[in-house]
Amino acid sequence: MREEIIVSGRNNYLIDPHLHIWHWQIPLYLFLGGLAAGILFFAAFFTLMGKEDKYKAAVKIAPHIVPWILVIGLFALLLDLKHKLYFWRLYTTIRLESPMSWGAWVLMLVTPLSFIWSAIHIKEIFPKWNWKFKILTDLETFLIKQKTPIAWVMGISSIILGVYTGILFSAFNARPLWNTSILGPLFLASGLSAGAAVIMLFATKHKERTMFARIDIGIIAVELFLIIHMFMGFLASTQVQIDAAGLFLGGPWTAPFWIFVVILGMIVPVFLEVLELRKFKIPVVIPAGLVLFGSLMLRFLISYAGQESRWLY
Amino acid sequence: MRYAMAIDTRKCVGCSDCVVACQTENNVPIGYCRDWVVEVTDGTYPQLELENRSERCNHCANSPCVRCCPTGASHYADGGIVLVAHNKCIGCGACITSCPYDARYSHPDGYVDKCTFCIHRIKKGLEPACVAACPTKCMYFGDLDDPKSPVSEVLKVRKYKTLIPEAGTDPQLYFLI
Repeated sequence: MREEIIVSGRNNYLIDPHLHIWHWQIPLYLFLGGLAAGILFFAAFFTLMGKEDKYKAAVKIAPHIVPWILVIGLFALLLDLKHKLYFWRLYTTIRLESPMSWGAWVLMLVTPLSFIWSAIHIKEIFPKWNWKFKILTDLETFLIKQKTPIAWVMGISSIILGVYTGILFSAFNARPLWNTSILGPLFLASGLSAGAAVIMLFATKHKERTMFARIDIGIIAVELFLIIHMFMGFLASTQVQIDAAGLFLGGPWTAPFWIFVVILGMIVPVFLEVLELRKFKIPVVIPAGLVLFGSLMLRFLISYAGQESRWLY
Repeated sequence: MRYAMAIDTRKCVGCSDCVVACQTENNVPIGYCRDWVVEVTDGTYPQLELENRSERCNHCANSPCVRCCPTGASHYADGGIVLVAHNKCIGCGACITSCPYDARYSHPDGYVDKCTFCIHRIKKGLEPACVAACPTKCMYFGDLDDPKSPVSEVLKVRKYKTLIPEAGTDPQLYFLI
């Protein structure tokens, strides 16, 4: 028998008995970042495919909420900082080794792009919108002409943003549950699926809605595949990763993960979307809401359970 | 120059003097500690084996905390000592999460804090407070590049281990076994 205990009474706040330095702010931000990445990706993709009018909700309507989503997400990030007045230090350096530095700079690129995208499509929502100053009208005309390059930059940076939300976790080898590169594509897929769900909510045409229901089904299938692969990887790895997987496979986080993320957040909405495609009348808010809920829960559970996985003691 | 520490697990009695010495020397906020003592019991009575380890930041040569810091606040000082520049730290917690030894904490003033190997004392030619206070003299500190330093001398003649080297951090705390 082996017993390993700290006898000097270490009880550092938020570190002991197990790490909990990141509260709700980080998973909420990761969800919002992923969702914004998903919406922007579809907007850019269908613009570049020349299907702006066919998929109007994706290109011209849903992206209007992205600036708000990002601002709320950035505010959550600020709340997470414990030395808030120094936040500008993020922007006095570029550290290629640090995923958080990457994230800060990608947000610096994506946030203004989302505002620009919203601005050049504002007339879709408010047809009588008037910029009032000539310089703004000229700027709008100029930006509309540059839509293709903007869409390219936006599409690529949204993928980086979506992947980064997962890499942020997977770069920490100190937390065995996070230390898998599958989290990058898994969080990107989860963000794309959440983005498709929001577009379904905004879609007025039945054709567009069924298209995004199809896309969503495909992405959720990929997510399920990635989740299975993640656990296979853990179980074939070192003892600390086997223990980390145990948190979701019989451990304290098992029920929330499989019920909220996998069943309610993936399997049920896929089932409802398939029924919708088979001409059953399903209110779109149910599958879309469940997908968003599952995507949020995925971030929360991975974040909280990951902080409990460890190497020592 | 490469500062390191060796801790004799056979001499340590687990008195926690090192912990108190550190808290006093470094004005560590109440309720926090930069070093701690781990007691490992192996076996079943009456065949028991005990190991006491005084632990702290491992001042890793390949520090995940320095790597993940988005502002460069966590950095290597002279001799490989891992330090946090308070006026660059935004308190994001990335380094705390990245440390497999859980050696860091968020100081109530906002920045991240941890063991500094008492760099202010080293600069004056003194030993770190924990080493100086140890009643059994179980800790050895010095420069690994200097073959005459106490830590180099003791590592030449004793068997030692480091903590979770498989985490890839290249820790610089050596436990004599």
